[in-house]
Amino acid sequence: MPPAFACRQLTKRYGATQALAGVSLSVDPGELVGLLGPNGAGKSTLTKIACGLVRAGGGDAEVAGAAAGSAPARAAVGYLAELFRFPDWLTAEELLELHQSLAGSDGGAGERAELLTLVGLADAAGTRVGAMSKGMAQRLGIAQALVGSPRLLLLDEPTSALDPVGRRIVRDLLSELRGRGVAVLLCSHLLSEVELVCDRVAILLAGRIVAGGTPMELTRPRGVEIETAGGVRSFPDAARAEVPGLVAGLVAQGEQVYGVKLLNSTLEDAYLEAVGAA
Amino acid sequence: MSGALVVARYALRESVRRRVIVVVLLLTAGFLALYWLGAQAAFDEVERFGEGGSELDEQVLTGSTLFGLAMFTTLFLGAVLAAFLTLSSVGGDAERGLLQPLVVRPVGRTSLLLGRFLGAAAVCAVYVAGVYLAAMLITAATGGWWPDRIVTPGLGLVVGVLVIAALSLLGSVFLSATANGIAVFMLFGAGLAAGLLGQIGDALAVETLEDVATATSWLLPFEALYQAGLDALTEDVGGVTGVIVQLGPFGGAREAGPLLWLWSLAYLAIVGLAARAAFARRDL
Repeated sequence: MPPAFACRQLTKRYGATQALAGVSLSVDPGELVGLLGPNGAGKSTLTKIACGLVRAGGGDAEVAGAAAGSAPARAAVGYLAELFRFPDWLTAEELLELHQSLAGSDGGAGERAELLTLVGLADAAGTRVGAMSKGMAQRLGIAQALVGSPRLLLLDEPTSALDPVGRRIVRDLLSELRGRGVAVLLCSHLLSEVELVCDRVAILLAGRIVAGGTPMELTRPRGVEIETAGGVRSFPDAARAEVPGLVAGLVAQGEQVYGVKLLNSTLEDAYLEAVGAA
Repeated sequence: MSGALVVARYALRESVRRRVIVVVLLLTAGFLALYWLGAQAAFDEVERFGEGGSELDEQVLTGSTLFGLAMFTTLFLGAVLAAFLTLSSVGGDAERGLLQPLVVRPVGRTSLLLGRFLGAAAVCAVYVAGVYLAAMLITAATGGWWPDRIVTPGLGLVVGVLVIAALSLLGSVFLSATANGIAVFMLFGAGLAAGLLGQIGDALAVETLEDVATATSWLLPFEALYQAGLDALTEDVGGVTGVIVQLGPFGGAREAGPLLWLWSLAYLAIVGLAARAAFARRDL
């Protein structure tokens, strides 16, 4: 089975600005990849090339084995833009119905009801988009992106307007999609969200991938903290294997040990380091 | 084609839901009521003072002038409707983030553009034909006057308004909604001004003015279709009445040959292909 998304040496220039400068990335079916980077790093351009909104300047990109932007590729993609709007005169149900027609989906009322339930909008089927809160509209946007059972879901800041409950719903939804074999490329500034849900992360800077790997691979040990009766003792260079020796040494010195904490850098630390802001 | 029909149905539903059609119908009803009053008063005056035994047929002069005014108003209202239904189809909708969710669907950009045009064309064609027929019936009811040709002037107005809708759609690929609206109405005004210049040139036999009007007619065929429609209203009228009608503001400077109709259809196709090519290359 071909990757859900693959691009090689992808470039894109807007006038004097080099938005992408040779990006290569692959997303397998059922894989959830987070795309991180500061504003203007090229995240949105990459997702727009994947769904055919923007033409690449060079390199190539494929969705489920078809050239990105072609009709078969678009049929395999679900997309939610960072800045999107839906016609405020449509109800949630009518919006999904329109997208079913455009996507050639024969899911009918059953698919619409299932999608609205998935995003927690089962009771809002008859609500007009214009009467929805920003968070509801964003969840409706995710439901819209899922119309037609896409193989690749491109989400650009899908939780930016959501409250904690809404974010939890989206996190659970992404986990469920992973189980169904749907690949997800998730652009986000919310590093904690990405760390929680993504299998792999790619960090973009000035149109290039400057770091990549699983969240575990991107983080690194930052020493050990041992809680004693005399306070917390820090061992910044110590590794996990050294913990028994450290504890034994402290006990031998007459310290009472209450707890041991292995320290790791967070994805935020790795991100700041990668983009040179640490 | 089915994708285009989905988009056209969506565009039609938008017109209804946004109350565009209700507003247009209410204001048009106001215009037609005023037209009725005006036509009634004009024909009454002519009947009271027009019995002088001259060669001038006052009923034809009054009827054709009033109905020419109605045709101008219909063209103007149709142009306004066409422009507002299409001016933000690409650039404006893309700026607001409305277009992107539709473009990523497999239906494709060509179908989106075609659907937008078909939706606007359906609304405009029904509207223009309806107002044209209503004005004609009012003119006949108040003064007993009927134009010499009934179908071709109305068809010319419909095709003329479709040309404006196509130009507005093409402009929307390149321009924001506001800039496109300004561009469309300036083109509309330029076309009408060129037509008036042509009429003046025709009356005074000034070749340069006639050449300018002819060139503009090819560039903006909605004006030529409108002028040809005016001309066809009194196509069979001769003598003093025919001359005076021709000299009036709604006399019509040129006849519609088969070439004008063919060119207008080719023009629609050329504008459509240009919009399609430009939209295909546009990053969103």
